[in-house]
Amino acid sequence: MTTKPVNMDINVHHVTRVEGHGNIVVDIKDGQLEKCYFNVVEAPRFFESFLRGRNYTESALITSRICGICSPGHQLTSLKATEKAMGIQPSEQTIILRKILADAATLQSHILHVYFLAAPDLLSVPSVIPLVATHPDVVKRALRLKKLANDICDVVGGRSVHPNRMIPGGVTMVPTVSELKELQKRLKDAVPDILATVETVKSLAGNLPDFTRETEYISLKSKKEYAIYDGDIFSSDTGATKVDNYKKMTNEKIVEHSSAKHTSANRSSFMVGALARCNNSNDMFNETAQKAAKELGFKAPCFNPFFNNVAQVIEAGLVVQRMIEDIDKLIQMGPKEEPRPKIKVKAGQGVGCTEVPRGILYHDYTYDENGTVIGANCIIPTNQNFSNIDDDMRKMVPELVDAGKSRDEITFALEVLVRAYDPCISCSVHFLKVRFK
Amino acid sequence: MTKPKVAFFDFTGCEGCQLQKINCEDELIDILNAYEIVNFREASSVRRDDYEIAFAEGSISNSAQEEMIKKIREKAKILVALGACASTGGLNILKNFQDIEEVRHYVYGDKAHYFDTIPVKPVDKVVKVDYYVHGCPMDKGDFIRTVKSILLGKKPALPKYSVCVECKMKENECRFDYGEVCLGPITRAGCGARCPSNAFYCFGCRGLVDNPAANAEKEVLAKNNLTPEEIVLKFRLFYGYSEVSK
Repeated sequence: MTTKPVNMDINVHHVTRVEGHGNIVVDIKDGQLEKCYFNVVEAPRFFESFLRGRNYTESALITSRICGICSPGHQLTSLKATEKAMGIQPSEQTIILRKILADAATLQSHILHVYFLAAPDLLSVPSVIPLVATHPDVVKRALRLKKLANDICDVVGGRSVHPNRMIPGGVTMVPTVSELKELQKRLKDAVPDILATVETVKSLAGNLPDFTRETEYISLKSKKEYAIYDGDIFSSDTGATKVDNYKKMTNEKIVEHSSAKHTSANRSSFMVGALARCNNSNDMFNETAQKAAKELGFKAPCFNPFFNNVAQVIEAGLVVQRMIEDIDKLIQMGPKEEPRPKIKVKAGQGVGCTEVPRGILYHDYTYDENGTVIGANCIIPTNQNFSNIDDDMRKMVPELVDAGKSRDEITFALEVLVRAYDPCISCSVHFLKVRFK
Repeated sequence: MTKPKVAFFDFTGCEGCQLQKINCEDELIDILNAYEIVNFREASSVRRDDYEIAFAEGSISNSAQEEMIKKIREKAKILVALGACASTGGLNILKNFQDIEEVRHYVYGDKAHYFDTIPVKPVDKVVKVDYYVHGCPMDKGDFIRTVKSILLGKKPALPKYSVCVECKMKENECRFDYGEVCLGPITRAGCGARCPSNAFYCFGCRGLVDNPAANAEKEVLAKNNLTPEEIVLKFRLFYGYSEVSK
């Protein structure tokens, strides 16, 4: 315990190695925590508002541009919402292709985050750049895995950032058997890289801060598989509910310190993302994920937010194995070009939901009888984590002060905490709820 | 040879072009060896101001960003706009066609004043831009060519012809033959007709080609049963900066 009242003022302007612009603000006066929050300062883009008046065929194309990092996830969620609103059922082949795209996007994002954004903290370097000289094999391995993930997105989605093959009800082009076989071979060859990633993260896991705070974990969950593309909403506090009830699980609100809206469900905050998924769906781990979890000492439920990085590695293993299996399914079915879906345009409303790398994502559209957007509401995973980050900070700062940590040490710990969530701030301010009519 | 010092800055956008840079997996280590990166917030905690070449991504959408890009221009010998948002304003410009006061108040209510926002501008509406890498997202090959040219002290070349030319050279089937609306005839080339090659129409993300036959395109679109309002909506998606979208 400290004997002298502490005064401390921390203001980290534009936290580095996160997507988008956010500041950390802490103010301690006479030992009292007066201010302690993560402040989002990204410029608002009013994205949902300019969806108004656009045709349903453009919804995914436009909403993809909210976030380049999770653009495949935005597209798939958007397409699912549009399909729900218009009663469109895509083919089994399309769904498998979408699942592969979602898994590849997850792999790409997690590898980027673990190696490029989070690992430098654990190795006490400012970025991945010095690691090129000191750990060339590790950097090359990261690039190999990332390239593989991007190449899968290219082949399946046409492009990794803002894919161009995914349309309402189907796909514009289907990969050939030889393209699929080539990808599958590379995925099989990547398994040793995944195992090496597990080893690398295991060797660094001891550097992860020892901090726990039990919270509510929310993710999709499915009885059929580890849920990324589809499932019901699942809360570690209250169990499963249908995707259409998403508003009860988010309760968006404006807070003073942030241009991004915050959310809550059954407590003051909840967590979404890889850790939430691993906590909720570990019963659906495949062998690769089980092996990684065991190696990394992951036991559900895990209440240490820094273990989000560990959960990302487990998922990286999971999706590599699953993509190998899904490609088998496609090859067995014999990939066939699909005719352009015949869509009966009608008025309606639909909610789409998928797990994107940073957590559960909702798109909710209302269309008029011409298929023109008249209302849109989208809730981004990063927004859902902001309250949880604030609550973590409010528990962590007094603990660190009591442990006699310096201002610099506390500042660093808070930056690492924010980065552990892999926040995508660009995303979080691009969706501002606007209801027209 | 001392390595040229480079900085990357991001304004309002989706950060997809940031990702495209990191997605140059085969060339990334060579780029890191050829340049010294002194500022790249998304990838590194290092932040220095002694750069010679500045890459700016994203559009300018508030006054703080306006001030920042002016400072960057003062320091940088070469300023490159990366991607559609920086080069032409990109899809962000759709905001300018809305009643911003109404939308702000609708979204933020009595806290509207808290969120500074100005009409979205491409970087060159605020400061002089030396080179452009177009596209949403920018094309990796296009980016690498630009980086190489600058390193060699050459001016990066921009195609002066349309996506339609590249598409024909790839022998793609014309999207119009499928009853789709394609902006390939008036959009600047350089992407290798990426979307039509994936059986998806061109929606103009690289902006207008020099001297576009916009009226001829409008006629073609009208023949494809688009109303003038629908044509303007199509144009606004990525040509919002241009008179053709008015």
